[in-house]
Amino acid sequence: MGKKKIKYIEGKEPHEREYRLVFKNVDREGWDPSIETFLKEDGYKQLKKALKMKPAEITEEVKKSGLRGRGGAGFPTGVKWGFIPPNNEKPVYLICNADESEPGTFKDRYIIHQDPHQLVEGMIISCFAVGANTAYIYIREEFPEGAEILEQAIAEAHDHGFLGDNILDSGFDLQIYVHRGAGAYICGEETGLIESLEGKRPYPRIKPPYFPAALGLYMCPTIVNNVESLCDVKHIMEMGGDEYAKLGKPRNTGTRILCVSGDVQEPGYFEVEVGSVTMGEVINDLCGGLKKGRKLKAVIPGGSSAKVLRAGETYKIKQGDEDVEIGLEDIPMDFDTLAACGSMAGSGGVIVIDDSRPIEWVLNNINTFYAHESCGQCTPCREGSLWMKKVTDRVVNGQASPDDIDTLYSVAKNIDGRTICAFGEACSWPTESFIEKFKDELVAATNPDNSGELVSPESELAAAGLK
Amino acid sequence: MDVPAELEKEIDERITHYPVSKRSAVLPVLHALQHHFRYITEEAVEWTANKLELEPIKVLEVVTFYPGFRQKAPGKYHIRVCRTLSCAMAGSYELMESLCKETGIDRSETSHHDPIAVSKDGKYSIEFAECLASCGTGPVCMVNDDFHEAVDPAKTAAFLENYK
Ligand SMILES: Cc1cc2nc3c(=O)[nH]c(=O)nc-3n(C[C@H](O)[C@H](O)[C@H](O)COP(=O)(O)O)c2cc1C
Ligand code: SF4
Ligand code: FES
Repeated sequence: MGKKKIKYIEGKEPHEREYRLVFKNVDREGWDPSIETFLKEDGYKQLKKALKMKPAEITEEVKKSGLRGRGGAGFPTGVKWGFIPPNNEKPVYLICNADESEPGTFKDRYIIHQDPHQLVEGMIISCFAVGANTAYIYIREEFPEGAEILEQAIAEAHDHGFLGDNILDSGFDLQIYVHRGAGAYICGEETGLIESLEGKRPYPRIKPPYFPAALGLYMCPTIVNNVESLCDVKHIMEMGGDEYAKLGKPRNTGTRILCVSGDVQEPGYFEVEVGSVTMGEVINDLCGGLKKGRKLKAVIPGGSSAKVLRAGETYKIKQGDEDVEIGLEDIPMDFDTLAACGSMAGSGGVIVIDDSRPIEWVLNNINTFYAHESCGQCTPCREGSLWMKKVTDRVVNGQASPDDIDTLYSVAKNIDGRTICAFGEACSWPTESFIEKFKDELVAATNPDNSGELVSPESELAAAGLK
Repeated sequence: MDVPAELEKEIDERITHYPVSKRSAVLPVLHALQHHFRYITEEAVEWTANKLELEPIKVLEVVTFYPGFRQKAPGKYHIRVCRTLSCAMAGSYELMESLCKETGIDRSETSHHDPIAVSKDGKYSIEFAECLASCGTGPVCMVNDDFHEAVDPAKTAAFLENYK
């Protein structure tokens, strides 16, 4: 692309398979989060270009780019922006979701800490496109330094006339504020986030009718986008929607940051063209392979809520018009293929699990997370997430019977699809998929001798000598 | 409860970030108070409610929901160890055990509603946190606002030298 060669900090150079767009300045030598550094690299140039366009033209470019949200659901960003009611007379808000709380995901952290102006520029362009004059960055509480860096960046942007009233004489006004969360995963869910921003418990709202683009913050149209998605907007402005869409694959365009953790030699983050690497290449090339002497057991491909994939499985997918059968290692890391394989690309968090890990231990860790994080509004989720954890606690402690695995499965199946928000799926999919794929191993961790001791409220009372 | 003028000024400025609804400022006000007083007291709840013209329950329900707000005094150094999968695979439970041993903290009395355990001398407190978004460099932990990656459970004594 004729780009000038960028030097990265020794030992942190991008892998040769990477395509650095959003992460261009991450781990870059001589780079810092100041506006001076950013301006030296054509910072805010795309904003200037955008302000000369019509807002609808920007949305059109984003639609053409095919950008799908990087926060988890993969919903097309331009289409979402188009959902603001056409005759709207209420104020419009834009919220950057910087809650980064899906286990396995660690990408927004680096943008916020190392390249905050990229995000601010992307946000200003996006606000102009959707007609928002007030925007918030909802950042998780555990990024205290990140919040300060963002506030500093916003102040600098104000000083340079990129924020505030009449930005660069365009007539467009915008304020961006940083809002810190307080340690609850559910604040990453966009309607929970909005409630939290209204100063309440982050109880998600039911959709319909509360689609944020129509009824969001203060019941006004609100666009919620992930940090990475908003950064992508800046690059779409730079490249043009059509050019951006040439990156990656049809319907799975652009780049995305994969975060790999777990049992690999070198975990890390890798920005690649969507679908340009397979699961096997992620593990063996990008991450230097599995640990010595270990075999692959499973991969959770898109954050802990994504359904687990088992080593040795095969999947039937379409390649062009042809039906082909592929193995786990052959899966190209794009939205549609991962969905066709029964899981999801989700938040880009890939967790690799080798044969040293007892599968019940892995599932129990995940269940503990969800039991802790359910907001408690819906009975199936509140009771079910805790119940699933209690059952896997028993399995891990050798107190479970084989029947418990069936109970566990039915609890999960009774959450999924019966709740207000997608946390219901997020918490039940791990259990469902672990049982569907590793039932043998889970049952092997139980003992038929544990059967027959039914625990009920009555039996507990009796055991306590109260009845 | 004595809120210094400086702090109140900062809080008043934060409230202006929410021109439509003062209630939106509940979290930032609580953060500012917790940062100063180290935890949220009953008086802090009342003070916040007064400031934002809300019934105190509207503040209390927020304090009791979010794990980020504490209702009891933490140690001078409050440690949060990530418990979630990738860090657990990298040794976060071992890290927790080692930190407890080194600081003399007994976690046996903690629960979902009272997750923080404090050392007898009040210097350290500890709790598990869920995924801190740095899963590639586990096990990770925070000490007050400092973030630490790849903390070696075998070297916690040296690690704690920074927090005396
Ligand atoms: C339980 C739950 C947790 C979520 N956590 C996050 C998060 O931490 N960060 C994020 O960007 N999106 C998260 N999402 C997705 C958001 O609801 C929303 O779809 C996203 O922020 C939209 O941005 P995008 O279209 O740019 O992806 C979560 C969703 C659910 C159901
Ligand atoms: S599904 Fe769970 S997290 Fe979502 S609203 Fe219901 S109880 Fe809360
Ligand atoms: S699992 Fe510890 S930071 Fe994500």
